[in-house]
Amino acid sequence: MDLRRVTKIFGDRSDMALAMLNSGASKMEVQQKTGQVVGLNDVSLSVERGEIFVVMGLSGSGKSTLIRHVNRLIDPTSGEVLVNGHDVLKMSLDELRAYRRSEVAMVFQNFGLLPHRTVIDNVAYGLEVRGAEKGERLETAARWIETVGLGGYEKSRPHELSGGQQQRVGLARALAMDTGILLMDEAFSALDPLIRSGMQEQLLDLQNKLHKTIFFITHDFNEAIKIGDRIAVLNDGELVQTGTPEDIIFNPADSYVSDFVRDVNRARVIRVGAIMDRNQLAPCQAEVQENSSCEDVLPLFARHDWIGVVNDKGKRVGSVSAKQVIGALGAHHKLLD
Amino acid sequence: MFPEIIDTRPLRRMVDDGLEWMVRHWGDGFEAGAYPLRVLLNSTERFLLDLPWWLIILLLAGTAFAATRRWVLPAIIVVSLLGLGLMELWEDAIKTMALMISATLTTMVFALPLGVAMARSAVLRRLLRPVLDLMQTLPSFVYLIPVVMIFGPGKVPALIATIIYAAPPLIRLTDLGIRLVPPDVMEAAQAFGVTPRQKLFGVQIPLALPTILAGVNQATMMALAMVVIASMIGAGGLGYQVLQGIGRLEVSRGLFAGLGIVVLAIIFDRITQSFGQRLQERIGLAGERS
Repeated sequence: MDLRRVTKIFGDRSDMALAMLNSGASKMEVQQKTGQVVGLNDVSLSVERGEIFVVMGLSGSGKSTLIRHVNRLIDPTSGEVLVNGHDVLKMSLDELRAYRRSEVAMVFQNFGLLPHRTVIDNVAYGLEVRGAEKGERLETAARWIETVGLGGYEKSRPHELSGGQQQRVGLARALAMDTGILLMDEAFSALDPLIRSGMQEQLLDLQNKLHKTIFFITHDFNEAIKIGDRIAVLNDGELVQTGTPEDIIFNPADSYVSDFVRDVNRARVIRVGAIMDRNQLAPCQAEVQENSSCEDVLPLFARHDWIGVVNDKGKRVGSVSAKQVIGALGAHHKLLD
Repeated sequence: MFPEIIDTRPLRRMVDDGLEWMVRHWGDGFEAGAYPLRVLLNSTERFLLDLPWWLIILLLAGTAFAATRRWVLPAIIVVSLLGLGLMELWEDAIKTMALMISATLTTMVFALPLGVAMARSAVLRRLLRPVLDLMQTLPSFVYLIPVVMIFGPGKVPALIATIIYAAPPLIRLTDLGIRLVPPDVMEAAQAFGVTPRQKLFGVQIPLALPTILAGVNQATMMALAMVVIASMIGAGGLGYQVLQGIGRLEVSRGLFAGLGIVVLAIIFDRITQSFGQRLQERIGLAGERS
């Protein structure tokens, strides 16, 4: 999935504003001179198949606008959106409908459930729109309701459920479409912290089995780090930095990003795989997975100087020392020096 | 005194002559066009009059129970309808009911599509709004006269006048209901690739239904409010009794027939409202309709 040089200007004289932007004017100038609001300015990013790509930004940064370009709920003022090899912007209405029905499913911040339908009919909704047979769609829906842990609530109506349960319905509805791409617009932001963290773990579990391409929007940096394979930071309609969670924590591109990084619990976020020494393969007494956090390995250093790191297949891929871990945890001080 | 600047008599004469010309040349066409209305009204009336009185009471009480799930309204209905019968107003009440039901049904046929169209097109809404304002504020006698001239006195012009009077609230509330469907639900539907038809029948109309039902409720009430006026141009029923009561200065006749109209109004108002409320509870929308 590729977004190329996407610019979105809100207003009825966007052509003029676009010309100004292209000739190098700043967003401020454009807004003052033309009265047009620049939502996104020249955003390019590419999402690999099977990864969780998180776009992080505060409210007003344009992240919800950005995600709506992928399934063309919003048309860009200029730029290209390429998904699975098709140019989404060149699709006819029929092609666009077919694309939305079979290739991208979306989960919304405010759930967007149909209040007059039961849970199971909500989950089956996308399949119904697609024209699936009744028996088949109810069967699929029931399976996904079970998967997200809502078994027994099939006949309830959305307003009888808690926020967390409603969003599970939203998630099940999107997953039931069995699309390669899942768009999640602040999907967990409306939920209580504990429920949110549970949903994040559930999403990661599901992703281990499903390997979907997930485009996830959030304003919560900790959430971005927890679930993102890669993260893009969006500020005021412009992309500030794109990289793995560790890239961003170790090398924040500017003060905007480092403001977020400062409040992060680094011990929990930094994975040993990102800081290990790949050449050090001598036998060790203790071994950990490469996706373990620094927090997990710290206690082991009470008894060992070196700890072996293995990948998910159990193969030894490197080693990590207490010094490396401590160095990584203290890294942000170099910004202050 | 406002000075007379132009002579308006030719203009008035033009309007009068125009109407007369229309009646003379197109009268048969109008008559034929209104034929379905006549059939609907007559068959509704005959059907209701053919039903035994106790069955009608039972049906209405049963519907009321289905709508409210309580015994209060059905009890009120049974008592008040028996009272109507005892006061020798049964046949008039049925005729009034037939007029109201026919008017409401016809209104729905016109008003629902118009309301939907209005919700979808801002242009149409701008055009229709003043027309609806006119229909609601123009004194009904003003359009009663041309309608009677075209169709002659009788039930059909009464029905048409009632429809003109009852349609605006239903059109407005259908439009409002559809526009009030939460945008996040609409967006979700859009994201799943709905066709416009799937969006209308699967999302917009079901979610607007409580508001649309409020409109149906309003239309029935407006139709009942019209029965006395309609009786002046030939609709029978309770309205005619009220009219006669006034004419003969028989206070009792007017009073009992008037109370009969109130009874019908209460019955149909409570039944449609309760259905709307149940629907709203099912959807889980906050807020109660008054």
